[in-house]
Amino acid sequence: MTLDPQAPLDVDPLLDDPATRIVVCCGSGGVGKTTTAAALGLRAAERGRKVVVLTIDPARRLAQSMGIDSLDNTPRRVKDIDDAAGGELHAMMLDMKRTFDEIVEAHADEERARAILSNPFYQSLSAGFAGTQEYMAMEKLGQLRSRDEWDLIVVDTPPSRSALDFLDAPTRLGSFLDGKLIRLLMAPAKVGGRAGMKFLNVGMSMMTGTLGKLLGGQLLRDVQTFVAAMDTTFGGFRTRADATYKLLQAPGTAFLVVAAPERDALREAAYFVERLAAERMPLAGLVLNRVHGSGAGRLSAERALAAAENLDERRIVDQTGGKEEVRTAPAPGSPAAAEAPSDPTIEQLTAGLLRLHAERMHVVAREQRTRDRFTALHPEVAVTEVAALPGDVHDLAGLRDIGHRLAAGGNPAGAS
Amino acid sequence: MSRLQVVSGKGGTGKTTVAAALALALATEGRRTLLVEVEGRQGIAQLFETEALPYEERKIAVAPGGGEVYALAIDPELALLDYLQMFYKLGGAGRALKKLGAIDFATTVAPGLRDVLLTGKACEAVRRKDKQGRYAYDYVVMDAPPTGRITRFLNVNDEVAGLAKIGPIHNQAQAVMRVLKSRETAVHLVTLLEEMPVQETLDGVAELRAAKLPVGRIMVNMVRPALLGEPALALTRDTGVRPAVVEALAAAGIGSAKRLAGPLLTQAGEYAERYALERAQREQLAAAGLPLHELPLLTEGLDLSGLYTLAEELRRQGI
Ligand SMILES: Nc1ncnc2c1ncn2[C@@H]1O[C@H](COP(=O)(O)OP(=O)(O)OP(=O)(O)O)[C@@H](O)[C@H]1O
Ligand SMILES: Nc1ncnc2c1ncn2[C@@H]1O[C@H](COP(=O)(O)OP(=O)(O)O)[C@@H](O)[C@H]1O
Ligand SMILES: [Mg+2]
Ligand SMILES: [Mg+2]
Repeated sequence: MTLDPQAPLDVDPLLDDPATRIVVCCGSGGVGKTTTAAALGLRAAERGRKVVVLTIDPARRLAQSMGIDSLDNTPRRVKDIDDAAGGELHAMMLDMKRTFDEIVEAHADEERARAILSNPFYQSLSAGFAGTQEYMAMEKLGQLRSRDEWDLIVVDTPPSRSALDFLDAPTRLGSFLDGKLIRLLMAPAKVGGRAGMKFLNVGMSMMTGTLGKLLGGQLLRDVQTFVAAMDTTFGGFRTRADATYKLLQAPGTAFLVVAAPERDALREAAYFVERLAAERMPLAGLVLNRVHGSGAGRLSAERALAAAENLDERRIVDQTGGKEEVRTAPAPGSPAAAEAPSDPTIEQLTAGLLRLHAERMHVVAREQRTRDRFTALHPEVAVTEVAALPGDVHDLAGLRDIGHRLAAGGNPAGAS
Repeated sequence: MSRLQVVSGKGGTGKTTVAAALALALATEGRRTLLVEVEGRQGIAQLFETEALPYEERKIAVAPGGGEVYALAIDPELALLDYLQMFYKLGGAGRALKKLGAIDFATTVAPGLRDVLLTGKACEAVRRKDKQGRYAYDYVVMDAPPTGRITRFLNVNDEVAGLAKIGPIHNQAQAVMRVLKSRETAVHLVTLLEEMPVQETLDGVAELRAAKLPVGRIMVNMVRPALLGEPALALTRDTGVRPAVVEALAAAGIGSAKRLAGPLLTQAGEYAERYALERAQREQLAAAGLPLHELPLLTEGLDLSGLYTLAEELRRQGI
């Protein structure tokens, strides 16, 4: 590995600092946001803080091992963590529909709540409109924060293709639901009287006419009823989205951008870094996840391949030399395997090891080139690295290991 | 082969890439295919390194043997305008509606409306014939929404059930459904050999089947080459093998063989672990009882020539 000009990201001081109240893990899909969020939560808890982790879409086995696979949309205490330092870990998995239902229930009297919950437009909205998941993740974060029961909230973000969706989707959905058009459409009579709006009326009636034909009167009535019912109780989707957005700008919030050392993921990470700067949201650093290294980094890919070919040639010579009996592989574990130096099986194995190594070195070089490009763009961003482990991360021990690597910062050599 | 090939899969697994390779593969030997995109992301243009696609069928590549690949990025807003024009003869008023935001509004409050327009456009291309009565395209390949949304996306009849009960939308939905539920259509799922995408694929297959939508093939993408055979893998589990490896390394001209043998064997151990995991994922996929295809991981990034390589690979596997 070449020397890294970037400052290392020190995870432990960040997690230990009582002023850190929210850590948000962002990034494009599949890079390890959920894993990182859970690992950081566990680490902070084992270092003595009272932590809640809000996960969005944990892998099934990970959810099971944390005891959050039952969907009750409220934090559960995670058992079997090391609580010697006095910390606690709570975790939950977001249920976006439940979260939306809870908002309705909290803001409307029983009868009105029932009307909203059974409104067909509300049902399709809460079951998954573009942006609903992001909106509800923000909403849940706001709720957890206002309960003020935890020292630290670690937030995972929804699996969207763009990291920016987490910031943008709630406002987009909020603006849509509070939008002028939705209001104009819903209450043409009300605005119709006002001077200056009259010219719109021709357009309006054509519009409602066309929309009525397309969508049917029922859907339009459903939307209207829904908006009217929410209006009196809720105080605006946009306002609410803006309020949680502010939480993200507040001191005590730190963003971690998670990326794999791949072109697309790092490009997304760069967009996100730039956006955070523009919004004056504090970026703690970049988590470079699933990085490859090699304990045999001194051996170049080229030399490894040349040596592998060399072994292949020797094997061919051996075999054509008539040593029929040695060609059959000895049973694995039998002493013969270890003792016969010109054993074709050993030579085949060794050639395989060398080819494997050459491939690894190519991956290492490619990842290095990709991250060099990122570094050139954003030398100011502190980085920590986590090695690509051969298996999935699906239990507390695995999370602890990832947490340890996050804190150790880098040097993937020796790891995989 | 069904004439409408729908490609879905977990986000980032290679839907766009595989759809494009499939369109190329199906166009070989003088055939003509149409590659359609429905999410407004210009993924096809990026992949083929061309400028953004308009809402218009355009030739973007030639296939080996003289075939042609056309591409179309379906824009739901424009499709809705077309549609309004066709059934309601709106003229310039359509543009006014767009300006007022009504088109956007309609496709937002009624995602089913948007989906029926998108699938409708693809089905229209499937059925379109030229003057001689030949199909305009031999195959239409769709870069579709991800697994989590694919069943709802294709199940347009259910989706428009809440909309206006009569009128062209409903007729359109039924016409679309006839194509989508027939043997004219096959829905393929792209996956990686990893736990989460495989799980999502199996869930997706179950959902599609429950909705009586025709599931086609499973496309395992970014498969890493097998660099160590089974006998060699078995040997790496034997701790006594190390001295022999040191000797073999030295014999092959590697200096400091003693220091390298350990890390090389460690790498092999990791490889073995991953290999076992991948095998378990393969077995899970096989249990779905669908044809499986495997496409290699192209390590030097995916450019146009990589796309031809993947298409060639699909041809070799009988597509
Ligand atoms: N066989 C392959 N070998 C190497 N790289 C690949 C291969 N297939 C896809 N890729 C790369 O993986 C990335 C994701 O691929 P692609 O954009 O096709 O996925 P997608 O499923 O369409 O993603 P999205 O869900 O964002 O639409 C791209 O960078 C692509 O070049
Ligand atoms: N460093 C790592 N090494 C090996 N596997 C990892 C690593 N980080 C994440 N994974 C695995 O990758 C998959 C996707 O991770 P996840 O955290 O769910 O991603 P995201 O939340 O960004 O979509 C999971 O199966 C997880 O176990
Ligand atoms: Mg996740
Ligand atoms: Mg795509």
